[in-house]
Order: sequence, then structure tokens, then C-alpha cells
Amino acid sequence: MIVRIPSPLRSYTAHESQVEIEGSSVAALLANLDRHYPGIRFRMIDEQDHIRQHIRIFVNSQPVSELSTSLKATDVVQIICALSGG
Amino acid sequence: MVRAKTNDGDVTILIGSRKGAFFLTANRSRSRWRLSDPLYLGHIIYHAVADPRDGRILLMAAKTGHLGPTVFRSTDSGLTWKEAQKLPAFPKAPEGAEGRAVDNVFWLSPGHPSEPGVWYAGTSPPGLFRSEDNGDTWEPVSGFNDHPMYGEWTKQGGTPGGHLLHSILIDPRNPSHIYLGISVGGVFESTDKGKNWHPLNAGCAADFLPDGGVTFGHDPHCVILHPLAPDRLYQQNHCGIYRLDRPGQEWTRIGNNMPREVGDIGFPIITHPKNPDHIWVFPMDGTEVWPRTSPDGKPATYVSEDGGASWRRQDRGLPRRHAYFTVKRQAMTVDGLDPVGVYFGTTGGEVWGSSDQGESWGCLARHLPEVYSLTMAVGSR
Repeated sequence: MIVRIPSPLRSYTAHESQVEIEGSSVAALLANLDRHYPGIRFRMIDEQDHIRQHIRIFVNSQPVSELSTSLKATDVVQIICALSGG
Repeated sequence: MVRAKTNDGDVTILIGSRKGAFFLTANRSRSRWRLSDPLYLGHIIYHAVADPRDGRILLMAAKTGHLGPTVFRSTDSGLTWKEAQKLPAFPKAPEGAEGRAVDNVFWLSPGHPSEPGVWYAGTSPPGLFRSEDNGDTWEPVSGFNDHPMYGEWTKQGGTPGGHLLHSILIDPRNPSHIYLGISVGGVFESTDKGKNWHPLNAGCAADFLPDGGVTFGHDPHCVILHPLAPDRLYQQNHCGIYRLDRPGQEWTRIGNNMPREVGDIGFPIITHPKNPDHIWVFPMDGTEVWPRTSPDGKPATYVSEDGGASWRRQDRGLPRRHAYFTVKRQAMTVDGLDPVGVYFGTTGGEVWGSSDQGESWGCLARHLPEVYSLTMAVGSR
């Protein structure tokens, strides 16, 4: 499925703004994403498997908060860095 | 982009800032300074540190606005950088239990000379981590992080800058003898390479607690030991400047010898590399709401050449008035030249330096982001 990558994480994806990664759940997708692009998962998900404070994950425009959320091959996953900072 | 290396000049200062890292390099006379282009522009660099055992190894403790913490590594004196493969992280908590997660890596300390490749990292929330491969992979030091008293030692919560573990000090005579500081928590000591720990705060004030006579819960801002006299420790605390001569157990408030109108509050404290009695602090305003800026808007270092028995103001070349910056705990350092150079970085994005041990000052760089740390590259020490 298509995964859209925000600019702060594109140093991991050779500057690709979207990549194709498989996964039957958000957790599986992120594990596969990290296999392809080592280190990317920890910048989004902490060691307790919580989505970091300023990261949002959307599946087909719907926000998800649980990594156990199921995915279909046709889904589009969008990773967003929440507006913050200064 | 200017690809900088730490051995480009005779003296190199590594600058960690709120928006990236920089190298500031000079010739041996320290008369001409050159600033590199930024490294990791936009990333928070809490601490950038060179390995005194192998000057080619550099580590940077980093975080990026939206993203989790990380550590960047160089093995070629800063020419190229890579992210560490396994970052400092607490163990995953059992199902249903609440676990700790590293918010940021705040402090980096190279290990003992007899243990090449070993580094320690301090995090927020307070955590101690160890690497045995030059910072590429990190493991928790369970003896501290899971100590039965950890919850008590850290229960007072953090400071406005976070709940920080910092000042990881390795006794140069013994790799098993380690000190660390926690803001708010206190100073702690281990004599068995981190398996067991005990508080070391007797004599320190904790005016912000209802019971100032506690054995832990203090707020050390910066703790140092002298490399040539490792039984001599100094501490710039939230509640004063202290000295401890081991095996003594009780800190002495040498800040009581500071001018009363200036006080003895600040973040950094540094020592002359060859003289354990020679120390510098950078006082800040700790009155009423704690502005944490230079007292009366007139910045100065204060130097003691007798172990804190007396202090002398050094402000030649610094702004005479209306200067309201802060110098953070990692943002003051010395080089190893003769006479010793002293440097500090400000929250206003300036780096000031003195090539005569603080007697006169000049601004070496300005218009930088808020400076979090200044350290010297190997060869400059």
C-alpha cells in the first residue's frame, strides 16, 4: 500500500515522499517500513509502542491511535507531523 | 556547504544549539575564528562531544521538533555523520503496566580510557544508558534505571527544561567509580560500574522543598570533577555553588564567598585543566521569579583561584549593561592551551571567548540559535 512520508522523515527514505510497503496492521506496516528504512520507526513510535506526541497517522483520511488497527492492501497511510514548534 | 572537520584548525569548539550544530575553529593564537555551516540544521542538538580517546569519534545527542530522540555519530572527525543503530530506550513495560519512554538524550560522556568505545548517555526522563561500540548501540544501565529507590529519587519531577540526567562523571583512576546528577533528584555515586547507587547530597541546600534536610531531591545544575585531582568535585546547584573533597561526604557551600549582590546561582561551572583550585562560574539572577539572566543585566564570569575561598569578577569586553542572556549548563568550557582559553555560549545565540583565562572577552560568533552546549574537540584540550 502507499505510505506518504512527511518531510522530516524523508532522510530515511532517500527523500521519497511516498513509498509502497505491505502490512496487515499499522504495527506490521511500521515494522516493514523500519526494515526498509532502518531507524524511521523509533522517530515516530516510542519504546512503549505509543505514537509520539507530535506524530499523527491517518488511514484513508481517518486518524488512528492504535497500532493494532487493521489495514487493507488498497489503503493509503499518511504520516503527519503535527504543526508545532517555533 | 562547508564540510567541517574538528582538526581543520588548532582549536575547535563544538557548538550544540536549538537548531543544529556548528564547529567554531581558530588558529593557535585564537585570534581568527571561522564558523562552519550548520550540521543537522533544524535539529535540537543538546550535546556534541568528541572522544578524548580517539579524536575521530564524535557523538551528538539530538532531537527533531516532531520526532523522537536520536544520536548522530561521526568516525572521521565530523566529516560524515550517521544515526546510531540502536538508540537509548527503556525496556518495554509488561502488558498493562506504564513504561518509561526517552523524550530526549540530553548528555553524553565518553567512558574510561581503559574502556575504548564505551560511552554513557543521560536522558529525560532520567535514564542512564551505556554503549560499548562508540555510541552505535545503547543498553539501559539497569542498576540505576531500575534501582528500588529510583521512583523516590525522581519523584519531585523535572525542571522547566525537563527532568534531566546529566553530569555523568567517570573517575579517571577507576572505571567502576561513577557520579551523575539529576535535576531534580540530586547527585548519586556508584563504585561498582553502575550496579548500585547512593545519594551524595549532604551539605547541599534544597530550599524549594518543604524539608530542606532531605538526602535526595536536590537540584544539581552541573557537577564536575577535576581530571588531575578526581577527589575534588564542584557543583553549581539550583541552591548555590559547592565543593566536595572525597572521601568526604558533605558538600561545602563555597558560593557563600560570592558577592552577596550577585549571589551564587547559575547553570555552568568549569575548572582549569591543570589547576583544581581554579574554577569559573557564570552567575544568573535567581531572585523572585528566577529570571535566569545575568544579575542586573551585566554579564560576567566569576573566577576563583583558591578552590572557592574567594571570587573575582571578570567582565572586560562583555556588555556593560542591558544584556539579558543565560548560559546553560553545558555551554561553558575551556581549552588546553597556555594561557587557558575560556568560552561560553548564550541563549541569545552568541559565543564569547577569552584567550587569557577570562581576563578579557570577545564575541566569537553571533546570530546563532540558542546555544545548548560548547565542548572542545580533541587537540584543543
